[in-house]
Amino acid sequence: MDVAYYAELSINGALAGLMYSLVAMGLVLIYKSSSVPNLAQGALTMVGAYVVLAFSQGAGAPMWLAIPLAMLAMCGLGVFIERVALRRLAGRPIVMLLMMTLGLDIFLRATTLAIGGATARPLRIGISDDPMFLGPMLINRAYAVGAAVTLVMFVGFVLFFRTRRGAVLRAIADDYMAAWSVGISVEHGVALSWALSALAATTAGVLWGSIQGVDQSLSLLLLKGVTVGVLGGLDSLGGAILAGIGLGVIEAVASGVLDPLVGGGSRELVIALVLILTIMIRPHGLFGRHDIERL
Amino acid sequence: MFYRQAGIRHTDYAADRELFPIRADRIMVLALLAFGLAAPWLVSSLALSSYLTPWLVWTAATLGLNLVLGWAGQFHFGYAAIMGIGAYATVHATRHGVPWEIAVVLGGLTATMVGIVFAFAALRVKGLYLALSTLALQFVMDWVISHVPAISGGVGATLQASAMRVLGQPVRSDAGLYYVAFAWCLAVTWLMLNLRRTALGRALVAVREKDFAAAVIGVESFRYKLLAFATSSFIGGVSGAVLIYTFYHAVTAEQFAVNVSIELLAMVIVGGLGSTIGSWLGAGFILLLPGQIERLVGWIAARTGASVGVETLAHIPNAVYGALIIGFLLVEPMGLGKLYANVRNYLLVWPFGYARK
Repeated sequence: MDVAYYAELSINGALAGLMYSLVAMGLVLIYKSSSVPNLAQGALTMVGAYVVLAFSQGAGAPMWLAIPLAMLAMCGLGVFIERVALRRLAGRPIVMLLMMTLGLDIFLRATTLAIGGATARPLRIGISDDPMFLGPMLINRAYAVGAAVTLVMFVGFVLFFRTRRGAVLRAIADDYMAAWSVGISVEHGVALSWALSALAATTAGVLWGSIQGVDQSLSLLLLKGVTVGVLGGLDSLGGAILAGIGLGVIEAVASGVLDPLVGGGSRELVIALVLILTIMIRPHGLFGRHDIERL
Repeated sequence: MFYRQAGIRHTDYAADRELFPIRADRIMVLALLAFGLAAPWLVSSLALSSYLTPWLVWTAATLGLNLVLGWAGQFHFGYAAIMGIGAYATVHATRHGVPWEIAVVLGGLTATMVGIVFAFAALRVKGLYLALSTLALQFVMDWVISHVPAISGGVGATLQASAMRVLGQPVRSDAGLYYVAFAWCLAVTWLMLNLRRTALGRALVAVREKDFAAAVIGVESFRYKLLAFATSSFIGGVSGAVLIYTFYHAVTAEQFAVNVSIELLAMVIVGGLGSTIGSWLGAGFILLLPGQIERLVGWIAARTGASVGVETLAHIPNAVYGALIIGFLLVEPMGLGKLYANVRNYLLVWPFGYARK
């Protein structure tokens, strides 16, 4: 057992895990406000990265301008999806919601690839490649920046929920019928949560795109996002952050141990197993509310 | 008018329980059956082997998934893994000299064993969490299939399926393969059509509607959920094996990956939950339409001189497939089966529409 090696794995894993939390926060925002498990969050992440590329390379905007523009466009897309596709499904059985978001996932992915092309392209956001050491441990600088951005975003969300508009969202999440009856527009609240979620998705897309290049594989973040979301509790933003750190560490260490034994590729297995175990042992997650359907 | 009900009297219980009491239905079923039997002479060999045969096998698989999703109301996001298990078990059994018919049953039984693992998730959680846990199980199964050399022969390996012999006769021609698929699909369809007349079917519906209400009237929901998962897994396993032997002729792990599970779900949803004819139509729609639309776009582009990139064209089928799912959920959530039922109900009393109320 090499302590430094596993410490390095854990720290980098935790930083990467915080970036999974970005995807999970998007899921949580939507699930809280409208009980829609948004399986298109991975596709939204990918679309976000492609839109940034379109603004920066297609239209020639500098990166500091392209990212906010893309965020704006993605907020629009989020609100549009909610309005067109999901509002009409309100009150339908959950299988319809799941299939709708899966259909959106397939549609968004294929349309983006048809327009933007499937070859992986780099997305430079100005993170230097110089190695960064913390004692003897090599820290991935891109992960560190990503984790910092995630934390800033989380604090931003927390502060937002303390504003008047945030209180409206909290009321909807708590009990949308009661919110409705005191005159809160649930429709606007849900649309707002989709916009916020698209914001998180774009951020995740930019960060992950700068690390692994922009292509279809960005949508695979969905499984990680879902696992983090469920582990933290699908209606808990803070849970998403802590579960992200936890899953990142578990994933990095477990695959660090398993990969030499099974010849690589055990990351997905570890994540799927964590998801299964969470659901079997504690379906409502670490910090979720207890009213989860269970037999 | 077309579906004339005049003169249909139920004078004994057998008549009351008849599968197709209306004559027009019987005629249509017989016509379809006749077409199915004569298809090798009616359609080109290419259409037979690349459209009809896969359609039949996918229909059988869709019906199997519909049993658990549409009838028992339990999510199963890992059906492709079950099909894969059945396919691999059958291929391995035939490689060890087991006759094909027995190997297929063995494949189905192996799939049933694995399917029961999925069922244990269903005994613990339901709704969204069942969907997510079966999805995660699909990922685990994918990984196990591709990473255990004894199953797949190593990561990325392809196993050739041996030549199919049914009752000692080698089946090689397109028509022969088609008939095997046709027979299997007919068997599953017959089972599903009869399901609504059986105690099992009614119990499944009771469990779907409300599991504790079902328990109150004496339907043990655990048992029936387990039964639904086991039965549908058997159908899925055999369908996977038939798919390999009649269509792919070789088996790799990617043929049963998570996107295939989602495709099967799409077939069930587009066809209609719990609808038998819907499963036929849904499987055909999802399987065949995207490719045809792509050809149409290519043809229009060639005609009008518009240049559509190869890459763009390559992603059109998937975009169409996603749009199909979204469109159906928005326009007719109960799918093609419901659309057919609407037409049928309209014609049932036409031109006396007021009689329907």
